[in-house]
Amino acid sequence: MIIAEWKPIAEVVARLKGHRKILVAGCATCVAECAAGGEREVESLAPLLRMALAQQGCAAEVVTATLERQCEPEFIETLFPKMEGVDAVVSIACGIGIQTLGDRFDPVPVYPGVNTTSLAVREQPGVWAVRCEACGNCVLGETFGLCPVARCAKSLLNGPCGGTRENGKCEVNPDVDCIWLKIYERAMARGKLEALLGVQPTRNWSNSRHGGQKVMIREDLRA
Amino acid sequence: MSTKAGTRLEQVLKAGEFAVTVEVGPPKGPNANAVIDKARMLAGIADAYNVTDNQTAVVRMSSIAASKLLLDEGLEPVMQMVCRDRNRIAMQSDLLGASALGIRNVLCLSGDHQKASAGGKLKGHPGAKNVYDIDSIQLVSVVAGLRDRGVQEGGDPITEPAPFWIGAAWTPLAPPTAFRVHRLAKKVMAGADFVQTQAIYDLSAFGHAMAQAVDMGLTEQTFILGGVIVPKSAAMLRYMHRSVPGVVVPDVLIERMAQATDPLKEGIEITLELIAGLRAMPGVKGVHLQAIESEHLLPEIVQAAGLLPRPKGA
Ligand code: SF4
Ligand code: SF4
Repeated sequence: MIIAEWKPIAEVVARLKGHRKILVAGCATCVAECAAGGEREVESLAPLLRMALAQQGCAAEVVTATLERQCEPEFIETLFPKMEGVDAVVSIACGIGIQTLGDRFDPVPVYPGVNTTSLAVREQPGVWAVRCEACGNCVLGETFGLCPVARCAKSLLNGPCGGTRENGKCEVNPDVDCIWLKIYERAMARGKLEALLGVQPTRNWSNSRHGGQKVMIREDLRA
Repeated sequence: MSTKAGTRLEQVLKAGEFAVTVEVGPPKGPNANAVIDKARMLAGIADAYNVTDNQTAVVRMSSIAASKLLLDEGLEPVMQMVCRDRNRIAMQSDLLGASALGIRNVLCLSGDHQKASAGGKLKGHPGAKNVYDIDSIQLVSVVAGLRDRGVQEGGDPITEPAPFWIGAAWTPLAPPTAFRVHRLAKKVMAGADFVQTQAIYDLSAFGHAMAQAVDMGLTEQTFILGGVIVPKSAAMLRYMHRSVPGVVVPDVLIERMAQATDPLKEGIEITLELIAGLRAMPGVKGVHLQAIESEHLLPEIVQAAGLLPRPKGA
């Protein structure tokens, strides 16, 4: 799922000064799962914003709403009744939701209340770990289902750098496994070391963000 | 002798001489004299001089510029190039520029991640956007393409081949150790002419890794230089064992430094023993010496190791 985390309150408040009626909009899907942008977080962020704004002499009315999904236009329609008099929105959905809302409500500004960080899995309660950078050219088939693009600090494609720690952690972050060690171990466990012995050539990144904005078109699905 | 780039390092190795390279870190500043002074101090003691490329992601004078300053002093540089900071376009452009300046040895590295500096004494740039467009093995193949096929990575021709003597690094004792020799093999397959290893303190563990490399025929295809970092105190050895990836320091060595009345003298003694051990080891074709922040010790060490005078190069 897509994960996000709250921005510092002060950063959000700085954006909101001067607005009189603010809608805090959540999303009940991914960001709710990672406890950043669901209904509970909307209801705890709203009073914090009210208080912080009042303290700075910019008291504003703060209303709330949480959509099933902020990334789909159909769901956003249901928000219109709430928009009466609203002159700024704080969205704590992922960056997709925030932009979709912003397009639909233009010219009312929609500010991010979260930093969207990545595509991750919940490893254990309270711990999310990135698994994919949506690079557009998936190598999981060659790397035994473990992603070196997202999970190796250097996105190496030819095996571990010299930095793998004695305990198998990454040189860059002692709390994170060296993913290349994991790939190697999986290859060994499956008796497939030879899969890692060839030189992986330079890679085409043009279907990643490096190719400019990606637009996917499926003619068979177009109206 | 047929050569690929005709560098002194290449010639010395191909002539079967035991090669010596030493490291020269560029300054954190714009003053050429910082490089020139080091060059004068170290002239004549090595066949080639490694110029690091913003190691630990701390900004220093560029490897190309410092390499050129060494050339002007009559020293042969090994220009290091890391994949952290440039994409394949910038790298190839820099390589062509370096070649135009007369730089012929290049060492291809993935490079320390930009967060590496945050763990050390210097702040560096942990918030920098990194590149890692290609990895060190791919960089070796890109340089080989510029030299052997006269083509850019994308397939466009260059006007004439760029004659490089291509180097790579090997960290034989980092986990997973059983895979490290295979990764070395990949570098050789990609076109590494010479290899400098991470610092060795455990000669028997390294001997085991070298035996694998010999068995696989890698030492027939590339020249391996064993890395040595001059130890200056027991604390330094403990730190390297604990914190420098792939550096394994046996307890007896740390103990020996701790007991020493003159640790610096003992460190030089240990360095000489390591050099002798490497020299006697099948498949090892030279040493790569580093004396971090104490380069002035190197002339005495190379002399005492019986490695002077260096053979005449081209
Ligand atoms: S290779 Fe690319 S698409 Fe596949 S998991 Fe990794 S980042 Fe995602
Ligand atoms: S230690 Fe492993 S995960 Fe970390 S940068 Fe090196 S290869 Fe990548």
